[in-house]
Amino acid sequence: MKRFSALNLFAEALKGHQGWPEHWPEKEPKPAYDVIIVGAGGHGLGAAYYLAAKYGITNVCVIEKGWLAGGNAARNTTIIRSNYLYDESAHLYDHALKLWDGLSHELNYNTMYSKRGVLMLAHNVHDIQSFKRHIHANRLNGVDNEWLSPEECKAYCPPLDINPNARHPVLGGALQRRGGIARHDSVAWGYARKAVALGVDIIQNCAVTGIRRGPDGAVQGVETEKGFIAAKKVGVSAAGNTSVVMNMAGLRFPLESYPLQALVSEPVKPIFPCVVMSNTVHAYISQSDKGELVIGAGTDQYVSYSQRGALHIIEHTLAAICEIFPIFTRMRMLRSWGGIVDVTPDRSPILGKTPVPGLYVNCGWGTGGFKATPGAADLLAYTIAHDQPHRINAPFTLDRFRDGRLIDEAAAAAVAH
Amino acid sequence: MILIHCPYCGEDRPEVEFVYGGEAHIARPLDPSGQTDPEWESYLYIRANVRGRHHERWRHTHGCGRFFNAVRDTVTDLFETTYKAGEPRK
Repeated sequence: MKRFSALNLFAEALKGHQGWPEHWPEKEPKPAYDVIIVGAGGHGLGAAYYLAAKYGITNVCVIEKGWLAGGNAARNTTIIRSNYLYDESAHLYDHALKLWDGLSHELNYNTMYSKRGVLMLAHNVHDIQSFKRHIHANRLNGVDNEWLSPEECKAYCPPLDINPNARHPVLGGALQRRGGIARHDSVAWGYARKAVALGVDIIQNCAVTGIRRGPDGAVQGVETEKGFIAAKKVGVSAAGNTSVVMNMAGLRFPLESYPLQALVSEPVKPIFPCVVMSNTVHAYISQSDKGELVIGAGTDQYVSYSQRGALHIIEHTLAAICEIFPIFTRMRMLRSWGGIVDVTPDRSPILGKTPVPGLYVNCGWGTGGFKATPGAADLLAYTIAHDQPHRINAPFTLDRFRDGRLIDEAAAAAVAH
Repeated sequence: MILIHCPYCGEDRPEVEFVYGGEAHIARPLDPSGQTDPEWESYLYIRANVRGRHHERWRHTHGCGRFFNAVRDTVTDLFETTYKAGEPRK
């Protein structure tokens, strides 16, 4: 790996940028590894990086059926925040937020993390009560979150329409100033580049077709399109396809996979200074550094792996965006996409061990996995390295659906993730 | 938008008339107090989440209002068939 620095950049500029080595060269898998990670998205690549960098396990392979970071890592709205209600969730997501802070420096790769603030709009009395409860809970957990009046919302985000007669009147908002956005590809690429430099192999275009278990039930390795690869520890970070992979090990999971759509507009000059979320009307909006408005919708209603969704979902979201920001009514939309998100019954992730010895899982992030990328990656790596969960992810077990200790963000939050 | 055939109305109607009702053919336990924790877990939370041929319930909310079952491919979103509630799994 060649370090990115002003000096190297200058030197390369004189040579026509011919001297940069490949970030992650094509590799054939070795017969055996200490750890195999299934899924080369941000979470999986990050886990490989932390295994090598933080927990001293460098004989690691990341297997991906498509191309690197081509799934949900490339299909999200890049929103980062940690203002979750329950203690367990606040600790989990804030762990990630703290890691985002130093990530560009740590990876020597610009993740373009911008703390521009995430403003969640309240449109009715229930929203106000719910958000204020969140704010108090967050403050007790050391997570910043503050209440803004409609006028303060307008000052923070000038395109907002706060006319009391609006279709969706703005009665106030909860602002997390540390929240923001990052460049989705950069995160995955940064982790991949640094992980490869530490000795990790990344095998792309190679689907896992089976998980081999020994007579004692423990994991022996994975069957792939390029043959069997042995490993005593396998971490699955396969987002929407987790159920499919887990079925290979004989496990059935409390997950359902739904399409989640987003879209971007034509690029315009800087107009939108922050991230605005409106959970009541299911609309999320920010402006990327390229100038496109990045707009997120809610999930489609049915289980699907199609990576596309219905137009009426997008219409609903754009109608809400146009009501709240009349300034955007004449914007043209450039492209839309759908990611497949794995949703748990309590809308909290599953991150830890499974009933199969040597098999670890990181799944169930639903519609909010991007923000958690560094945290989920670090905790998955910790869990694999120590064969036990870190205290932060200890509550996010698979067993909670049996013993009833749910972390029910969905019911209590009135918040889409 | 997908078109869905309601087996009661006998018509193909747009998806916005329907509400998805989750995986089909999950029977409510007849003896709730006799269920173990793993049985409750399986009934309440574990789902097949099939990549391929999926049995699921839909309700024709803005039509006849009735529940029915469907078989849909979750990779292409194409419906194979729909059939009335109570009919055997297809």
